[in-house]
Amino acid sequence: MALGWYLAVSVLIFCIGAGGVLVRRNPLVVLLCLELMLNAGNLALVTFARMHGSEAGQIFALIVMVVAACEVTVGLGLIVAISRRNLPVDVDELHELNG
Amino acid sequence: MSAVLFFIAAICAIIGAIGVVTLRNPLYAVLALVCHLISLAALFLLLRAEFVAAAQVVVYAGAVMVLYVFVVAYVGGGDEVAAGSSLRILGPMFAVALAIELFIAMLGTGLSGIKGHGAAYKLGFGDPEHIGKLFLTDYLFAFEVASLLLLVAAIGAIVLARRRRGLEEEGRDLTELLATPRPSYTGTIAEGAGVRRVREQLEQVHGGATELLTPEEKA
Repeated sequence: MALGWYLAVSVLIFCIGAGGVLVRRNPLVVLLCLELMLNAGNLALVTFARMHGSEAGQIFALIVMVVAACEVTVGLGLIVAISRRNLPVDVDELHELNG
Repeated sequence: MSAVLFFIAAICAIIGAIGVVTLRNPLYAVLALVCHLISLAALFLLLRAEFVAAAQVVVYAGAVMVLYVFVVAYVGGGDEVAAGSSLRILGPMFAVALAIELFIAMLGTGLSGIKGHGAAYKLGFGDPEHIGKLFLTDYLFAFEVASLLLLVAAIGAIVLARRRRGLEEEGRDLTELLATPRPSYTGTIAEGAGVRRVREQLEQVHGGATELLTPEEKA
């Protein structure tokens, strides 16, 4: 397969994720859509690594996975803290910081 | 053969992604993401990134998704109510515009490798030995920073989600918390943002009986 096809899949997944972040209101699902976007970036990085025949892109993809894992841990911690306080788990309702 | 595998994996990945965005129940969304991640690992294998594919399945589809399932079970993923906000229409429009823009950028690119099948395959490209060697030589700094970041995230998650005393009496919802009398002008965010809004909410709950008093008035 030509490598352009992989990039096309990556573009589609990224856009689906971006649309999901904007549309969904449950913070859990927003985090899942962020995962989609990060994974699309990973796919593009690995494709470029294949294109150039060097492993730097794969290293980058692994670091992106580390960052995604950190983001998930902190995000899920926030969601657990929100539900502990019996606040609504909904990004539209949580607008205390919105002036 | 590789073309057939590519199309199967790509279609599964895109269906999984659409499932994550459209499914109402968060638990099903998580399961759709697992399907998406496993098909993505197949794509990585087709791109000769064996170690990344293995890490994707073990770390992502294994560990991170289990964390998600636990939190969905803890929070109780109820179906969300349909939103009436303008983002409901603007979000998909933005996504389509972004897709068109990225496709134009990709088709108009001068990258010659985009139509090729990649560089010549070297023996051992992307296997754990090479990746590990690179991590401990050329990319040592990134490796160390990543480990530090993981530590910070772990501590941060514990601090955020730990049980604090006195904050969780039974069955208090948002309106009750807002209506709880508290000393006025104690510097809450809501007061800083607009005392009037707080007062309106208090009056709604107490039927106009509550008034925000300054300390002098109280005395």
